[in-house]
Amino acid sequence: MSLRNIGIVYRKELIDSLRDRRTVISMIVVPLVLMPLLTIGLGVVLVRQVRQAREEVPNVMILGGGDSPKVRAELEKLEGVQIVPQKPDYAEEISGKQIRAAVEIPAGFDAKLAAGEPMSVKIYMYEGELKSGFGAERLQNFFRDLRDRTIRERLEARRLPESMIRPFDITQHNVAPPEKVSGALLGGLVPYFVILLCLTGAMYPAMDLTAGEKERGTIETILCSPVSRTHLVLGKFLMVLTASVATAVLSILSMTVSFGVGKKMLQDVADRAAGQVLQITMTGKAVLSVFVMVLPLAVLFSAALLAIALFAKSFKEAQSYISPLMIVVILPAVAAVLPGVELNTTLALLPVLNTSLVSKEIMTGTYHWKYIALIFMSSCIYAAAAIAIAVKLFQREDVLFRT
Amino acid sequence: MIEAHGLVKRFRDKKRGEVCAVDHVSFRCQPGEIFGLLGANGAGKTTTLRILATILAPSEGTAIVAGYDVKKDPQKVRSCVGFLSTATALYGRLSAQEMVEYFGRLHGLDEPTLRQRIDAIFEQLAMNDFRARRCDKLSTGMKQKVSIARTLVHDPSVMIFDEPTVGLDVMAARTIIGFIRECRDRGKTVIFSTHVMSEVEKLCDSIGIIHGGRLLAGGTLADLRERFGKQDLEDIFVEVVEQ
Repeated sequence: MSLRNIGIVYRKELIDSLRDRRTVISMIVVPLVLMPLLTIGLGVVLVRQVRQAREEVPNVMILGGGDSPKVRAELEKLEGVQIVPQKPDYAEEISGKQIRAAVEIPAGFDAKLAAGEPMSVKIYMYEGELKSGFGAERLQNFFRDLRDRTIRERLEARRLPESMIRPFDITQHNVAPPEKVSGALLGGLVPYFVILLCLTGAMYPAMDLTAGEKERGTIETILCSPVSRTHLVLGKFLMVLTASVATAVLSILSMTVSFGVGKKMLQDVADRAAGQVLQITMTGKAVLSVFVMVLPLAVLFSAALLAIALFAKSFKEAQSYISPLMIVVILPAVAAVLPGVELNTTLALLPVLNTSLVSKEIMTGTYHWKYIALIFMSSCIYAAAAIAIAVKLFQREDVLFRT
Repeated sequence: MIEAHGLVKRFRDKKRGEVCAVDHVSFRCQPGEIFGLLGANGAGKTTTLRILATILAPSEGTAIVAGYDVKKDPQKVRSCVGFLSTATALYGRLSAQEMVEYFGRLHGLDEPTLRQRIDAIFEQLAMNDFRARRCDKLSTGMKQKVSIARTLVHDPSVMIFDEPTVGLDVMAARTIIGFIRECRDRGKTVIFSTHVMSEVEKLCDSIGIIHGGRLLAGGTLADLRERFGKQDLEDIFVEVVEQ
């Protein structure tokens, strides 16, 4: 094994690839520019939408209640909503976004309330529409307050304690560390992106270094040099691995920065719900552990892509072989993000899915050492097998000279 | 020195089944001599030369190139051979100098020797004006020179040329022909394949006529003229092939 020759091939391939626009775009531009742009851009739009929705005073309609002046007067004084005149087509108005919500006051509301008769207040809204939700929420809060007030007055009138209707309280307490809470939300997504980018980062160089060489007619040139085919493929493989790892590392870096910026932006709006989504605590230890777990996968991708692309006669043919591979990788990576899919010994042996699952656990601060060892070892075995196949294919004349 | 002993190369083809591209080919080429392999397209010229350059392995037989067996010591054979064909393209994104340096390093040259060799070759081939220019930005003639420099960088004792003038204009082809002659004058063993009769007449010390993978006739041009009683090489070629 001549490390010198592998190094010479690697150095040349690195220079060559860094001058290839396609490789530079997939390896550097996408993770460093596109990723933050998407994350921050999406964050900005989201924040603006939420802020706008909160700031807007929703138009609401009161249906009925002509015989209940008391509740009507209180409703009309309600802050944060604009009461509009009653119309029969309130449902269409809500759908058409002229009004955000409507409330139907049952006949004789004031009288029934005073008499203690049961009744039902209906609130109409457009499910899933943020601004309609805010309008309905304000109406609901008003009637909830009114109900609570009425209960208290009735209890007082009968001289009964409040515990009469509320014998005990129920509270829920979280014992998971903060990173676990946030990790469950986005923990699966980070490794998914890293795995996907490891693949996409390796794709172009893998095709360029094999099918591209065939297409440009340089394969015969390099084969007539004294470098052995094993050294040649190993040099090429190292270059593809570099691209894969570089894409992943740059993505993690830009993702950390983007999340930091995104979190700050959402904190400014003081939106707890949205803030929690981005409350992802990317500790150095977790990021490093995920990286170590993904490394054998990057080796597997690089070697497998190299072997597949070598079969192709041209760059175009290589693309048609490799595109379906994206789905093969994306499906198990997505499966790991789904709730309920948990690590077990069988899943720990499935490539891609195992790394995706264990990385999700790591991101949430859980380290199952038994699984980590099993997954790392199995991934290394798959990676070694893929390298062996790539090396073997490079010795085959029918593959190298497939025209 | 090149000695081919009963070279056979069989391929498996999906449509045609097993194909014998080279069928028991034997010949010998001495240092300071140009051996011309003359044949039509598909005759087996490229396969024979690829076997000699150890790009392909023979199915049967063997060849000794510069004292090494192509089957046993392919890497040593390659380190003594300069191989040039129209299919040996350049790395477009490397500069002329980087291209030659890359092959020099793969041939095991140390940095001072490599620098000396490159300076000498670039000077000799008048390539200094474009040594830093990327290969994909070079004209055909310039590219030819870079290819020549690439084959010469390790100073090989055996030169293999596979139809090196195909697709070249007159001037570029003349450069190549001149270069092949120079190789012979420097005492290198030169083997050269073509289907252009005039090139063979101009250059070759001995000729092998190959057809259907088999070497049908061989000898110097004078030998062939005498044996077939014909002056024109094309007539001789047609008679050999038709027989």
